[in-house]
Order: sequence, then structure tokens, then C-alpha cells
Amino acid sequence: MARPAIEDQIAIPAGGPSIQPLVLRDLCFSAGGRVLLDRINLVLAAGVRTVMLGPNGAGKSLLLRICHGLISPSSGTVEWMGPGAREARVRQAMVFQRPMLLRRSVFANVDYALAVRRLPKALRTSRAWTALEVTGLAGLAERPAGVLSGGEQQRVALARAWALNPEVLFLDEPTANLDPAATRAVEEAIAGIALGGTKIVMTTHDLGQARRLAEEIVFLHGGRLVERRPAAEFFAEPEHDAARAFLHGELLW
Amino acid sequence: MREMSQAFASAVDLVARADPELIEIVQLSLQVSVSAVSIAALIGIPAGAALAVFRFPGRRGLVVTVNAMMGLPPVVVGLCVYLLLSRSGPLGGWGILFTAPAMIVAQTILIAPIVTALSRAVIEDLWLELSEQLRSLGVGTARAVLTLIREARYRLLTAVLAGFGRAIAEVGAVLIVGGNIAHHTRVMTTAIALETSKGNLALALGLGVILIAVSLLVNALVYLTSGIARRYSGA
Amino acid sequence: MRGFLNRVRLLLPLMIAIVPALVHPAGRFITLASTTSTQNSGLFDYLLPAFTRKTGIEVRVIAVGTGQALRLAANGDADVLLVHDKAGEMRFMSDGHGVNRREFMYNDYVIVGPASDPAAVRGLTDAGAAFRRIAAAGANFASRGDDSGTNREELRLWETAGIDTKSATGGWYKEVGAGMGATLNTAVGLQAYTLTDRATWATFRNRGNLELLVDGDPRLFNQYAVIEINPALHPAVKVEEARQFADWLVSAEGQALIGSFTVDGQALFFPNAATPAY
Repeated sequence: MARPAIEDQIAIPAGGPSIQPLVLRDLCFSAGGRVLLDRINLVLAAGVRTVMLGPNGAGKSLLLRICHGLISPSSGTVEWMGPGAREARVRQAMVFQRPMLLRRSVFANVDYALAVRRLPKALRTSRAWTALEVTGLAGLAERPAGVLSGGEQQRVALARAWALNPEVLFLDEPTANLDPAATRAVEEAIAGIALGGTKIVMTTHDLGQARRLAEEIVFLHGGRLVERRPAAEFFAEPEHDAARAFLHGELLW
Repeated sequence: MREMSQAFASAVDLVARADPELIEIVQLSLQVSVSAVSIAALIGIPAGAALAVFRFPGRRGLVVTVNAMMGLPPVVVGLCVYLLLSRSGPLGGWGILFTAPAMIVAQTILIAPIVTALSRAVIEDLWLELSEQLRSLGVGTARAVLTLIREARYRLLTAVLAGFGRAIAEVGAVLIVGGNIAHHTRVMTTAIALETSKGNLALALGLGVILIAVSLLVNALVYLTSGIARRYSGA
Repeated sequence: MRGFLNRVRLLLPLMIAIVPALVHPAGRFITLASTTSTQNSGLFDYLLPAFTRKTGIEVRVIAVGTGQALRLAANGDADVLLVHDKAGEMRFMSDGHGVNRREFMYNDYVIVGPASDPAAVRGLTDAGAAFRRIAAAGANFASRGDDSGTNREELRLWETAGIDTKSATGGWYKEVGAGMGATLNTAVGLQAYTLTDRATWATFRNRGNLELLVDGDPRLFNQYAVIEINPALHPAVKVEEARQFADWLVSAEGQALIGSFTVDGQALFFPNAATPAY
């Protein structure tokens, strides 16, 4: 497999009209008689990096999956309201807590995601290489994904998501299983992707990570959205008691 | 116990002499069972994957049925296939009763449920693990099935080997539809049954030893080649 | 996905290579449904090559009990029958499945049992008396119980001896439900008496301490017959080849060969095509 020239690598097609904002109205989710998300109203707009915070069981991951369309809410609506909303399905991507790579080479993992989108082979190859360059994985392209370290695997997952050129990228605790060095590498990759104009919506229970990456905080507690503010304000002076307790480490995450 | 030592002696003797009849029988056993397991894999793996991934009414019932069919009695399968292929049966016109293809048909019916059920279990586990990721990437069900089969390929090999083990070891079905005709449909298990009925217990056991050895060899071969392939793909 | 398809592509030629090799159109052949006694004694290995050399027709033998052989043939799954149960054969003929039944050889049944002979039947020449003593002693008796020619003969003997085995089933009367060889293996294990044809007994290698105890009763006569299958009912039957085979069995050549077949110096089948016993 020949590496394409630099010129080709830059030629990543831009998306069409924006699919954002994402609007959640009176969103509820219950399972087994328990209410897990309770009347969430939220508008996620382009631009800022949004981090969802909250103790364990607050409903962060569930909310993220509903936003991404993996799970349907019990009631209420999730709607992409932008002019390009019809394209919403293919203009977003998600990275999970575990990398969930396929048993093939690093390159083939990225290429697979592009093949699903039915891109022509030449375009797939150049995009996949670019994605690996950006995430610093080009040197590992031919390696079987299964033999990489946890941090490297998670970066492959990021490269795979990035190669899809998503307008919105959801990340569910992407560094939960990683050591500090690997966490840092993944965070840098996320920041890089955000710089390219991709909207980031992520969950974490790592407060340090939230401080480093978040521009706005959505704080969930017991299935309710209790606070949504710019990150600097939130960390300086949270309004809600639960948020204050959470920041002081009094609430288990 | 005297039979045991005689059995090993007769097994060693048969192998050492490269007994032409033995070679013929071993060859036919392998041809029939490898053919049956190949067809069963071509049917069972996609069927198992579909059963793991697709949700439809009656799916649970079907899963239970396929699982139960892993225990199909070979004699009953043989009898059903006999009735189908008999000159007076619906497929009598094929004229394949008492031939190797009839034995392949019977063994395929016997082991397809095994391959299907084990594939279903393996792929369902994998699907639970990967379904969110694949759906997130926008993978459709058909592609998901193919991806999962590829992902599970080494574990599916175990399912296929389980089917092979059952095929090469069963006697009831091939005896009925093959007829144990010398030089035509005599395989290792029917030869063992025949020698037992002649009271040649040592020879029968000797053939049994060879059957186990052949089965071991096939498994070892598959294990080694898949191990090498696995190392190269890092799976 | 491509890897998977590649694998399929690798498998296909393998199967294409194997399956036709198995279906290869052999030369002319007929399917002979026969009994385990003739097969296991080695008679067919001795006879059939001579026939094949002479005619170019291969004979493929399905060796099962007489009952099953008759049923196979009644389904049209054999071209010719070689069995030993006159009553069953006559029913087969009157049902129209067979044509041209010809008796062509015989041997006899013998009663074998443990050397200790708890029912004291050794040396008797009256099978009925022997059976009565076995029943009276309550000694184990292994019956084939598989509707074979030997089984039917045994049941007739019990009947003429005036003994009802039904009530003894589960007691001393053991129905094995298997072929002659398996029944003999069982008899060895149970120290049981049993009825067997002489050929199977002569070639049986796992006798343990079983011995031949009773023979010589005219009622133990065991007649074999060859029957061609009626093509009017079973159009797929190879009439011409089957006729050639049956003709050959009753011919001077076939009869001589049957008579010359011995195991351990002992003749096991006696040609009688020219002089049918009954």
C-alpha cells in the first residue's frame, strides 16, 4: 500500500451545511421502572467543547448515546435542527470507553469505517493515512490493532472517528482505562480534532481532564440536568450544591 | 485387557504395513467428513450469525430448537435421509443412496446444527461487544454479519472442529445411508462396527486408535495453521 | 469481509475436488442386499471377485438382517436379494416385489452356550428339547430380537418347543436387538446360550468360553435363496445384471465355488441349487 503524497492528504472534503444545533426537549428515559433521565432540555450548539460531568449513575453516558442516536428516549425529542440535519447520521462519530477495534491492522481499522461510508478506494486510503498522521500513528499503520497498548488503541479509535470528518464527535470517558501519559496523548488528539472545527461532546469523571478540555460544562445529577455553564465559571463557583460537593470530591464518581 | 495391548499392536501393524484397505477407509472417512463439515460451515456460520444479529418473532424458539438439534441422534438422521433418498422416497430419482454423497448429506444434516448453534453463541457475544461501535459507524445488518464472522474467525474454527469431530466419529447415520459397502462406503466407524460384529475386538479397537489419531492429527493441523495465521494478524 | 470471501474461495475448489471424486460414475454394478452371516464369514470376498472377473459387473453388498434386507428391497433400494427366511421371502414374493426366487445353498443353525452348560444341553440333537431345558433351568438366552432370519428361526423353535418367551423377557430371555456378531458378544458377556448360523460362529473371533453345544437337528436347516427384484414395481432396478448374478449363483461354476469355500478347513455353505431341499 503506497503512502499518498502530501497534497492528497490535505484534500479532505469539507462537510455540507451544518447539522447543528442539537436540541433535546423534555427528554426522559426509564428502564425497569427506574427513571434514568428526567426531563432534559438542552441545546448543543457548534463551536465550544462540551463536557458532561456528574457522579456515577447520573446518566452521562446514557445521555451521550441518546444524543448520538444509539438509544431512543422513552419520551421527549432529540433533533438536529441545522440546515444539514438530513445528513446528521453520517456527520457524527463516537469514541467509546473501550477502543473496540477490529482484528485487523491499524490502517484497516480506519479504512473499514470509511468503506462503510462507501468512499472510493483512493479517497479512503488518503484519508486513513491522514488520520493516522494526525494522531501520530502512521508508524503503526501495518501493525495488528490487537497488539497495541491501550493508549495507542484508543488513539486508533480516535483516528477512525476523525477520518470520518465528523461535524460532531461524541466521546464517552475515552481515557477511563488509561495511564496518565496515554491520557495526555489522547487529550492532545481530542484537542487537535476540536481545532479542526469539530464539535466535541464528551463525558468524563476526571476533573483534571474536564478542566483541561472543557469550554462548557453540563452537570448531571440523578438523571437531571442541574447546571450548564461556561467551564471557567463552573469550576470557579458552581451554583448547585451537588456540583459543589462533586468538585470537592464529596460525591463518588 | 488383553484386547487393549492387541489393539495397539494391530493399529501399529496396520499403519506400518500402510494397509491399502486401511488407507482407502481413512481417505473416504476424511473425504466424507471434510465435505460434510465444509457444507455445514457454509450453511451454519452465516445462519448462526444471522440468528445472533437479526431480531424477529420466533427467534428465541429457533435458538432453542437449533441448540436442541445439536443432540440429533445419528440413527434418526440416517433413517430420515434413507427415507428421502430411497428409490421409493421423494428424492429416490437422484440414485445416490448407498453412495458417499448420501453419507455427506446425512453428516451435513447432523452437524449443521452444531456449527450453527456454536457460531450463534460466539457471534452473539461479539455482537454484544461491538454492536454500539458498528451501529455508530453506520454499519448495516448485512455488513455487520460479515464483519462479525470475520472477527470471530478463530473462535468459529472451534465450532467447525466440533462439527468435524462429531462427523468423523458417528456411525449410525453413515451405516444406514451408506450401507458399509466395501471399497465404496466403508468408513472408519462402520469398519469398527463391522469388526466388532465379527468378534475381532482387537482389530476393531486398533481401528478406533487410528480414528482417534487421525482426528487428533486434523485438530493439530488446524490449530497450528490457525495459530500461525493468528500471529500474522495479531488477533 | 474480503478475507472471509477468500476463505470461501479456498474452500470451494476443495469441495469441488472432493465431491465429484465420490460421485464418479463407476462401471456396471448391482446392489445386493444380504445378511451379515454371508458377509462376515468372508463368503462374498471369496465369490464376488470371480463373478466380477467373468462379467465385469461389480457387486456392492449391503449386509443387514434378513428382515431389513427384505424391507430395503421392497423400497426398491437393491437389485437382488440373498437371504434366509423362507416365510418372509414368500411374503415378499406374494407382495409382488420379487421375481424368480431360487434356493441355491444351505448351512445350519447351531446352539452355542457357556462351557459350563448349566442347562445340560450338550450333545442333544433335538433343538426343541434343548430349548425346553434352557427355559426350565432359567439359564440366560440371548435372542437377536431384530427380526432377522436367524431371529425368526429362533422364534419358530421356541414356539414348536411350546415355550412362551414373552413372559421370560427381562428375566433369563434377553432380547439384544442387534446383529449376530453383537448378539454373540453379548452372549459371551452374559454367559448366555444363543442360536447362531454355523458360518458366523465359525468365523467369530471373540468366543470367550462359549462352545458349540447343539447341532444336527433337521429343524436347524438354514436355506439361502436368491431373489431378483420385480422391475414392474421398481423401475430403477438393474434387471439384466441382477439376472446374470442370480444365474451365476445357481450355475455349475457358482455352485462349485460355494462348495469350495472353507474357513479353517471347514466348509460353511453347501450348494443345493439343483436339489432344492423343500
